[in-house]
Amino acid sequence: MTTTKPAVVIIGNGMVSYKFCEKLIAKTSNFEIIVFGEESRPAYDRVHLSEYFNGKSAEDLSMSPLTWYAENGIHLHLNDPVKEINREEKTVHTLKGINQHYDYLILATGSSAFVPDIPGIEKQGVFVYRTIEDLDLILAYAANAKEAAVIGGGLLGLEAAKALIDLGIKEPHVIEFAPRLMPRQIDQAGSKMLQMKLNELGLKIHLNKSTSRIGGEDKIDALHFADDTQIPVDMLIISAGIRPRDELAQLSGLKIGTRGGVVVNDYMQTSDESIFAIGECALHEGMIYGLVAPGYEMADVAVNTLCNSEKSFSGYDMSTKLKLIGIDVASFGDPFIAEPDCRSIVMDDSHKGVYKRINISNDGKHLLGGILVGDATSYNMLLQTVKNHIILPPNPEDLILGSRGESTNEGSGAMSLPDDALICSCESVSKGAILHAVKEDHITTLDGIKKCTKAGTCCGGCVPMVKDLIAGSLKESGIYVKNVICEHFNYSRQELLDVIKINNVKIYDEALDHFGKGDGCETCKPVVASILSSLWNDVIVKQGTTQDSNDRYLANIQKGGTYSVVPRIPGGEITPDKLIILGQIAKKYALYTKITGGQRIDMFGAHVNDLPDIWEELIDAGFESGHAYGKALRTVKSCVGSTWCRFGLHDSVSFAIEIEERYRGIRAPHKIKGGVSGCVRECAEAQSKDFGIIATEKGWNLYICGNGGSKPQHAQLLASDIDKETCIKYIDRFLMFYIKTADPLTRTATWLNKMEGGLPYLKNVILNDSIEICGQLESEMQGLVDSFHCEWKEVVNNPELRKRFVHFVNAPEKKDPTVEFDSFRTQIKAKDWL
Amino acid sequence: MINTDTELQAEASIQWILACKEEDVPENGGACINYKGEQIAIFNFTRRKEWYATQNLCPHKQQMALARGMIGSAGESCEPKVACPFHKKTFSLLSGECTSGEDYTIKTYPVKLSAGQVFIGIQ
Ligand code: SRM
Ligand SMILES: Cc1cc2nc3c(=O)[nH]c(=O)nc-3n(C[C@H](O)[C@H](O)[C@H](O)COP(=O)(O)OP(=O)(O)OC[C@H]3O[C@@H](n4cnc5c(N)ncnc54)[C@H](O)[C@@H]3O)c2cc1C
Ligand code: SF4
Ligand code: FES
Repeated sequence: MTTTKPAVVIIGNGMVSYKFCEKLIAKTSNFEIIVFGEESRPAYDRVHLSEYFNGKSAEDLSMSPLTWYAENGIHLHLNDPVKEINREEKTVHTLKGINQHYDYLILATGSSAFVPDIPGIEKQGVFVYRTIEDLDLILAYAANAKEAAVIGGGLLGLEAAKALIDLGIKEPHVIEFAPRLMPRQIDQAGSKMLQMKLNELGLKIHLNKSTSRIGGEDKIDALHFADDTQIPVDMLIISAGIRPRDELAQLSGLKIGTRGGVVVNDYMQTSDESIFAIGECALHEGMIYGLVAPGYEMADVAVNTLCNSEKSFSGYDMSTKLKLIGIDVASFGDPFIAEPDCRSIVMDDSHKGVYKRINISNDGKHLLGGILVGDATSYNMLLQTVKNHIILPPNPEDLILGSRGESTNEGSGAMSLPDDALICSCESVSKGAILHAVKEDHITTLDGIKKCTKAGTCCGGCVPMVKDLIAGSLKESGIYVKNVICEHFNYSRQELLDVIKINNVKIYDEALDHFGKGDGCETCKPVVASILSSLWNDVIVKQGTTQDSNDRYLANIQKGGTYSVVPRIPGGEITPDKLIILGQIAKKYALYTKITGGQRIDMFGAHVNDLPDIWEELIDAGFESGHAYGKALRTVKSCVGSTWCRFGLHDSVSFAIEIEERYRGIRAPHKIKGGVSGCVRECAEAQSKDFGIIATEKGWNLYICGNGGSKPQHAQLLASDIDKETCIKYIDRFLMFYIKTADPLTRTATWLNKMEGGLPYLKNVILNDSIEICGQLESEMQGLVDSFHCEWKEVVNNPELRKRFVHFVNAPEKKDPTVEFDSFRTQIKAKDWL
Repeated sequence: MINTDTELQAEASIQWILACKEEDVPENGGACINYKGEQIAIFNFTRRKEWYATQNLCPHKQQMALARGMIGSAGESCEPKVACPFHKKTFSLLSGECTSGEDYTIKTYPVKLSAGQVFIGIQ
């Protein structure tokens, strides 16, 4: 290659190599850049490697596509490892026979999994967990494996063990040599708590275990331990640590640490000043950094050195948070420092499964480090407190116990940090840079901030803080932040509901003409449709095409394109005759049947053409729509209560039926669910519902804003020992207030979490009529209750509407021929996605 | 799109097939037709007085569903689009390209109306 520009050759195309390229081209175009990568694909996000098992493709994980390298003039050779460095001639030689001159050489060779020297380790079924290829091998092998184990109970080992569960392995074993899990991050007590939680997930943890031999002929069939015990396994993942890839450096005579790693100075130079090492292969002050953020920092230092600007590497914070496994674990600062060098405050709540430890300087002024297990919501704030030497409040225990006074405002927390506080450590973005982007460049969305500053684009851990900073700084500049619906309506849902109501708008297009622009989209159409229903309660199929597909066909679309049929079974009470009819109908139309989590019966696999006939039969038998397809009331779950149960205080079934029938069909910003339990044993799980009622000696307790789903939240007590009428009155007010003010697709729990003033405010509105709207809320709710109609009944009795339930409009009799079922435990199931 | 007659003559290689009646396709929505085993989604974009046709198959998970999707527009140019009911991937009704950031393209067909009937142009 003839060029006048000095050549920078990079060995390795991993995450740090990529970041180095990105930073170098951002700074200068004075170098010719040549990259050699051993792997077959361009650099990908190894940190999120496990998501490959949850459906992310290799492309999704890629840092940038091949075209990016070409567009930026970077010569990338993949599948071609460097085999030799000739320092005298300043050349590298590759496997495929390329001889490449360099002026500067960057070693970014990363590390490989450390594989301990256990007899039998070469057997089939033993894997490491480092590259996409490794994962492909694991994926293929796991299909036939029953019992599997992971050697290593550190950050990566636990991640691998969770991946095994996701791959369908029941109760994988985790073997750890040390007496505790994650020995580099957490202490004994934290490990105990973590172990408890992992057991619940189905992991079997073995501590203090040293593996002596891997059993089996060619294939692994057991792990044998030094204490003469053994466990049968047919698959093993080794995750016992990392080993820096320093073999090339060693061959060429560069200085290597006694336990491996290419020795570098503060400028990332090796013992040869034109050769640099960055990332996991570099040994700085005796440390190998097995995390991506310090690698990125090293890349930045090397780029600066090449460009003659002064920047040095001075160690890096090793704070980490365990991701993916579904259990919060984090450690920050110095987690292990102990008395007498500091004072530690510990909270160990095995009931809730939360362990927290913070280490505070002896003068009580500074936070030095800590450990969080079970709840790491305060991780970001605590980390910032350590990093920025923020003076602690007089009661530092509040940091882990939460302040016990009025609710705290997390946003103001982030806003109180100093401007140079590092918010995104992966991309080293300070608070100042984010505020600048918001205030000077007027970037007010998370996506915008990601694009402009790169904050939050790597591990994503700082995203909540970035959001708080956007909101906080907008608030500071006196800008009112509103959640507008989409590009077509510059209104929040609440505002739009108000204008639609005041202007008596009845159809979507009218709303768009008067208050929106463009032609609408899949976001605003269902929102407006829901608002129109909440206000006027018209027949929704009449405006079918502004409804989401499920509402358009009054049924939930399933894999393969068929629909499910869910008749209402109020309170879960059903007669034998009705059960028989459901069975007969399901049989007649060849439907799969299942009891739902909401105490009713779901019939799956109905062709769109059959829906009206099925519903006609159901309606004839006295059933009605269950609104499983709508953002509407789903079920009011009941327990059997005083009619049968020896503990029952009141008749919870009758109350549940009454309430389900009262609110059925009502459209809301999201679905709503209720529950009624006959006593505190709470068999109806009412406290996990949007509204839950529990019988007491004196009446009923009413709870609101509970949620199951991915972020479960207990409902909170609104009123106690009230009678039935009061209870219904309060629910009327509560639901109508929610319907009128919540953002789209926001469940009541999230709505309350975001509400300014929180529960005390909401209580004041509903119980004390503090904003004087209770009368209005009650009458609006009564209006909805009185205008109830069964949507399916309207369709069944209306030939015009029925006609819409066809697959081919030019061949109405014909069903979709591409629909296929597999047989499954004597029933059917949808064919898998291709 | 509705084509004018002169444009039609220029596209002599296109064969026009009778798909359905105008009233078969709901206002501002879609319907599916069967043409020799091929499923074609037809959209009646009443608001814009435009008609579009695409393949009915969503390339994301190979579902026969686009005709049941919601239509709308995106951006300053008001690019007409349809959203698949399954996972809300969106596709331009003009070019067929996926407009939610993935590398899919769906087939599009010209549409013409005559005396209350809808015709689709097949190559
Ligand atoms: C059928 C059922 C599963 C079952 O076989 O048991 C089910 C099925 C679906 N649930 Fe569910 N959920 C079912 C009970 C639940 C429950 C349990 C309960 O209600 O007691 C929960 C947790 C409680 C809660 O909602 O707080 C539940 C929490 C969810 C969520 C998470 C909601 C959240 O607030 O985070 C979703 C996603 C969403 O709505 O956005 C969801 C979404 C869905 C969807 C609609 C997903 C979809 O878009 O296809 C599924 C529809 C399948 C269908 O066609 O019927 N489903 N879902 C249950 C129907 C109950 C019923 O009779 O209506
Ligand atoms: C499953 C998993 C989860 C992780 N989770 C986290 C996390 O949550 N947080 C975190 O901070 N870090 C995490 N890490 C660590 C993080 O991925 C690494 O710190 C980071 O990838 C290091 O980047 P690197 O460029 O130094 O090395 P690598 O990404 O390993 O890249 C080195 C590249 O160089 C290539 N190479 C080696 N020798 C040669 C040669 N002679 N010629 C050509 N190419 C060569 C290698 O094949 C490799 O592609 C995780 C790692 C794994 C495996
Ligand atoms: S949890 Fe609910 S949404 Fe998820 S697969 Fe089960 S039914 Fe579907
Ligand atoms: S099948 Fe259409 S978006 Fe997934």
